[in-house]
Amino acid sequence: MATIVTVKDLSMHFGNKDVFDRLNFEIQAGEKVSLIGHNGVGKSTLVKLIIGLLSPTSGQITLQDVDGHPLKVGYVPQFRNIDADAPLSINSFVALNIGKNWHPWLNNAEKKRVNDVLEQTNLMAIKHRPLALASGGERQRAYLAQALLGDPDLLIMDESTASMDVDAKQVIMALVDRIVTEKKMALLFVSHDLELTIKYTDRYLLLQDKKVSTGTSDQINPDSLKGAE
Amino acid sequence: MFAFDFMRHAFIASTFIALTCGIIGVFVVARQLSFLTHMLSEIGFAGAAFGAFMGISPLIGMLLFTLASSGLISGLSVEKARRESTISAVSSLFIGSGILFLALANQSSSYATQILFGSIVGISLNGVWQLVILSLVVLVTVWLIFRPLLFDSFDPVGARANGVSANIVSLVFLILLAVSVSVGAQIVGSMLVFILMTIPAATAKTLGHNIRQLLTISVGTALIGVWLGLWLAYITNWPATFFIALIEVVFYLGALLFRKKA
Repeated sequence: MATIVTVKDLSMHFGNKDVFDRLNFEIQAGEKVSLIGHNGVGKSTLVKLIIGLLSPTSGQITLQDVDGHPLKVGYVPQFRNIDADAPLSINSFVALNIGKNWHPWLNNAEKKRVNDVLEQTNLMAIKHRPLALASGGERQRAYLAQALLGDPDLLIMDESTASMDVDAKQVIMALVDRIVTEKKMALLFVSHDLELTIKYTDRYLLLQDKKVSTGTSDQINPDSLKGAE
Repeated sequence: MFAFDFMRHAFIASTFIALTCGIIGVFVVARQLSFLTHMLSEIGFAGAAFGAFMGISPLIGMLLFTLASSGLISGLSVEKARRESTISAVSSLFIGSGILFLALANQSSSYATQILFGSIVGISLNGVWQLVILSLVVLVTVWLIFRPLLFDSFDPVGARANGVSANIVSLVFLILLAVSVSVGAQIVGSMLVFILMTIPAATAKTLGHNIRQLLTISVGTALIGVWLGLWLAYITNWPATFFIALIEVVFYLGALLFRKKA
């Protein structure tokens, strides 16, 4: 498998606080990786560094080109500050990530792309429902659909299942697993939920004491996350 | 009514102003920048007064001041600019400066009234051309950045995560807002330009179910407001600004009642 993300000697400090110190790891094309660790160890900071929302204090993150184009990353955050009164249907919310074109409206090919991801995420039947009236699970699927519309090579789920009930978590992760496997995209699943990470990822990255360690998911030591779930 | 040059000028200018403010207003409301828009209109007043002091056109003075302050706000980051106390402080400074410039320029109180509350009789053909060209620049720019602007306005977290250059979009939008405020102030005045910039969009947000409806209702109510307002001003000889404000507020309250009943 080709390496798509290479993290080399990555350090991050906020003021006097060291978040992490000289991290080194890689993510391969098509692999499913979990990012685990206690609250405050810097999981979300690491994700923001990977997607370019933050710049590291030192070190490098290299995103490799895939099939001749820059690595495309789809990001599903836990929280969205979307105005509850915003007149956005699920369809128009997903379509926000349609990409560049010279005209504001969607052409037929773009409408088809939106409909395809709505089908994949089982949202087609409720695509005209206002996002504000969607259930928690439907919203998460809409967030997922929006990220998938960018046709990512790497999908990052940042605590995306944290506020969901047990059944809804399993439903969304089974859906993610199916899509990621079908599309041969890599998955970085940030979570506290050991059951989900063991079931749906092949390998873990554990952030602990400003360092990162890795191993296969069946080797995760539950004690390393005690109290975090 | 259209036998008079000034009424023809006012109708053409106000049509473009309503189009511009109606569209920009949708993004002002979505990005929660209503208070900032209010501040920019006060900065516009200071700019117009500065124009009088320097002997240049009020529109140029407004553009200078609103564009400079937009650049400053962008440099300070939009989040900081949203802090109401900062905005209040900056507004106070600019209102004070405006009064100083007016005093130094030895202008009459009627000139100040015209800047603050607008005038439909003072727009020359040359002024109409200026407004139309500036409006077209704003509308074409919105067309060109529509998709990233829409994404960043309605889902800022998603937009940033998916590669939208939010800082550039914010800066361009603040410039468009500054130009729109300067243009809109020519008819309704700098104190009340935020009527056209926020109330039609608020009405649209109350009634609209998607982006297309939002833009249509916002532009539609802005256009009806200025056209009807100018006509009522013509037949009553009362200020057009009063009628425009009244009509827009009636639309908004009507929309709230309609939604409450629905």
